[in-house]
Amino acid sequence: MEIDPPALQSAGSPATPVSLTGSRVQSVAPTPAGANPRLIQIEAYDFFYGNHQVLHQVSLDIPERHVTALIGPSGCGKTTLLRSINRMNDLIEGAHHRGDIRIRDQSIFDPHLEVIALRKRIGMVFQKSNPFPKSIFENVVYPLRVAGVRQRSILEETAERCLRAAALWDEVKDRLHTSALGLSGGQQQRLCIARAIANEPEILLMDEPCSALDPVATARIEELILELKQRYTIVIVTHNMQQAARISDYTAFFYLGRLIEAGPTHRIFTSPKNKQTEDYVTGRFG
Amino acid sequence: MGSTSGFGQSVRAPGEPWVWFTAVGLTVGLAMILALLALVLVEGLKAFWPRRVVEISLRPTGTETEPSRVLVGERIRVRPKATLQGSDRAANPAHREWQLFLGNKDVFGLSFRYVDVADIAAVRQPGGIWRIERTEYGPLLGWPVALLQPALDPLPASDPRFEATLNRLVEEARRRRAEIRKLEKHDIGRLNRQMEELHLRMRQASSRRLDEGAYERQRQAWANQIAELETAYNQLASRARELRVLQEQAALVCRLADGRETSVPIGRILAWYRPNELDFTGRLGVFLGRLREFLSEEPREANTEGGIFPAIFGTFVMTVLMSVAVMPFGVLAAVYLREYARQGWFTRAVRIAVNNLAGVPSIVFGVFGLGFFVYFLGGQIDRLFFADRLPTPTFGTGGLIWASLTLALLTVPVVVVATEEALAAVPRSVREGSLACGASRWQTIQRVVLPAAAPGILTGLILAMARGAGEVAPLMLVGVVKLAPELPINTTYPFIHLDQKFMHLGFHIYDLGFQSPDSDAAQPMVFATTLFLLALVITLNLAAIGIRNHLRRKYATGAF
Repeated sequence: MEIDPPALQSAGSPATPVSLTGSRVQSVAPTPAGANPRLIQIEAYDFFYGNHQVLHQVSLDIPERHVTALIGPSGCGKTTLLRSINRMNDLIEGAHHRGDIRIRDQSIFDPHLEVIALRKRIGMVFQKSNPFPKSIFENVVYPLRVAGVRQRSILEETAERCLRAAALWDEVKDRLHTSALGLSGGQQQRLCIARAIANEPEILLMDEPCSALDPVATARIEELILELKQRYTIVIVTHNMQQAARISDYTAFFYLGRLIEAGPTHRIFTSPKNKQTEDYVTGRFG
Repeated sequence: MGSTSGFGQSVRAPGEPWVWFTAVGLTVGLAMILALLALVLVEGLKAFWPRRVVEISLRPTGTETEPSRVLVGERIRVRPKATLQGSDRAANPAHREWQLFLGNKDVFGLSFRYVDVADIAAVRQPGGIWRIERTEYGPLLGWPVALLQPALDPLPASDPRFEATLNRLVEEARRRRAEIRKLEKHDIGRLNRQMEELHLRMRQASSRRLDEGAYERQRQAWANQIAELETAYNQLASRARELRVLQEQAALVCRLADGRETSVPIGRILAWYRPNELDFTGRLGVFLGRLREFLSEEPREANTEGGIFPAIFGTFVMTVLMSVAVMPFGVLAAVYLREYARQGWFTRAVRIAVNNLAGVPSIVFGVFGLGFFVYFLGGQIDRLFFADRLPTPTFGTGGLIWASLTLALLTVPVVVVATEEALAAVPRSVREGSLACGASRWQTIQRVVLPAAAPGILTGLILAMARGAGEVAPLMLVGVVKLAPELPINTTYPFIHLDQKFMHLGFHIYDLGFQSPDSDAAQPMVFATTLFLLALVITLNLAAIGIRNHLRRKYATGAF
């Protein structure tokens, strides 16, 4: 595969990770004061399902309190990378990896780090909304419940805060104790977002959160993401090029398990350095 | 023409006959089930419906030396004569015979008789005949003559006060019977238990006596207590004897069909009615009264009379205990197998083994229950906790707990299979959602997966209950008896007697049908008992289905 040398970041040595906000690519969105430009550091990360390698030498830094979109055609490994960040891939038998992922300079594969503690710091929203067969209230406070919080006042306060943050409070405040499965698809997805931020995580991972929703519900979720990035670091996988352009600050393009190009979204979409990136974002293949 | 006929020929879809075959299969199955249910329902309820009493005059045969040529009884059924073979059978009405219920077993010896239709000269419904239900010898069919009371003139049946007096006496006798029962079962039973306790303590003390003097004083104190209890016992026993004498004092004299007179002590009369004078509402009243008696009373006369309440209660308690035992056991096994175990040849082998367990004949489970639960576990418990009572076994013999556990073992495959399927149906995305919230695997199973799978798990329980409640063979080995003196849950400490033997509807059916000394009398009871076994199973299932529907509604995917 012919790859333009300056863009051959994924094959670069682990010692020189790509920095989205670094000197090589000039940041467009101003970094909020005190925000860590390298909150998540992915270094020379390889991932295998059995003998089948799905990620090759991925190196990427993800900045704090920005939206980073992972784009690329189906099967390019972007979802696998997303699920590696909160170690959801641990559940898959025969899966293994090489390389490292660090959050605030601490490796998530550190044997001293409890995977449960890691997942409490990282909220996740899935492609298909997955509310639990419980009431709306119990769905939102579920992360607190499993952490052992019993105090009614804390639970109620969290439920209201998270539902407001997910722009769902006004629609469900009168039926908090009815089944969550009675909500519409868009409401269910916002409920899942509310649940994902109940633990006050630093990072929010979103795996194509709008792919099963209609345009109206999608627009609401996108608004929500723009609000949430004030407080959370958001990594979003999307197939929708317009969506990536609308909501993300940085974009990383993956192809066949390799990171092809990464940088500020407007640069990726207006002046991509790589031919493949250009073809993909302009819709010539994908 | 051409185009329409072309369409007309292709209308018949290929494979159409197979659709019909499947419909026929379902229809045949349904018809068989409905026929069985209808038979049980009709025959079961017929046992309670009061029949008319007929009087039959037989043709003189000349050689017959029987004094009476007139029979009075209830016509139970008509059937082809048992002695005839082949084409003669049933074709000619003369070759049929009637089964008559004559009652009065104490006088006639047998209460049923078969009469050749050819011998019958005349049939009529006699007026004024009474059917009297008694505590012994079954019902009496006859005409009342007089009421004998001590120190009073006989009260003839023609007297206007006759019925009122009889009803008063019967009611008094009923109260006395209840008092005797209370004295003998409750009060004397309590004394017996206290005495047994004291004897047990004396035996314990004598086996490990330490201080000779103290032991002697203690023994003396116990002996005194026993003597006191014996005095109390004698008082109660003599009171019961007095009551029994009172029960026999007044008597009702009746004339039977053959002209003989017999006298029934009032204490043995339970109820009476005039079968030939009852209108529909009267018969319905008798029907409901008998049904109530059947459901609430204990059996009498080798189970052919009275009710089946202890059997209903025993079946219910055993089924509930079985469910309580099988649920956690089966669900935990299925959770491990589906959620934790590494899927491979071993889990596959376990799954096959569990499925095959469902095909093991139930009597094998009974033998296992007897060997493992009763002799091994029960024997160990007796040696450890009830050593003083040995050689009398406490848990080392069949009992409610062992029967429930044996049936739990029998039904565990059903629950495991159903639970596994229910767990597999919980979507992966829901599990991942829970794990992503920072829940551990166990928290995910406990808080998300099991609630989502609960309706499916309850379906397994429903199947298990239906199988367990109808099972008889293993129970015969591990704790069911023909007649249990006490209910397994009663007012005696410790209230729930898991070690006690109990009665069961399924075994009751077997006992009535095949072990009864009077099979003619037992036959309607077999149907009635079957009816209520079915009713009990259906009720338990409906309860479980109700819970399942409640759970489904609770987590219903909203209607939109």
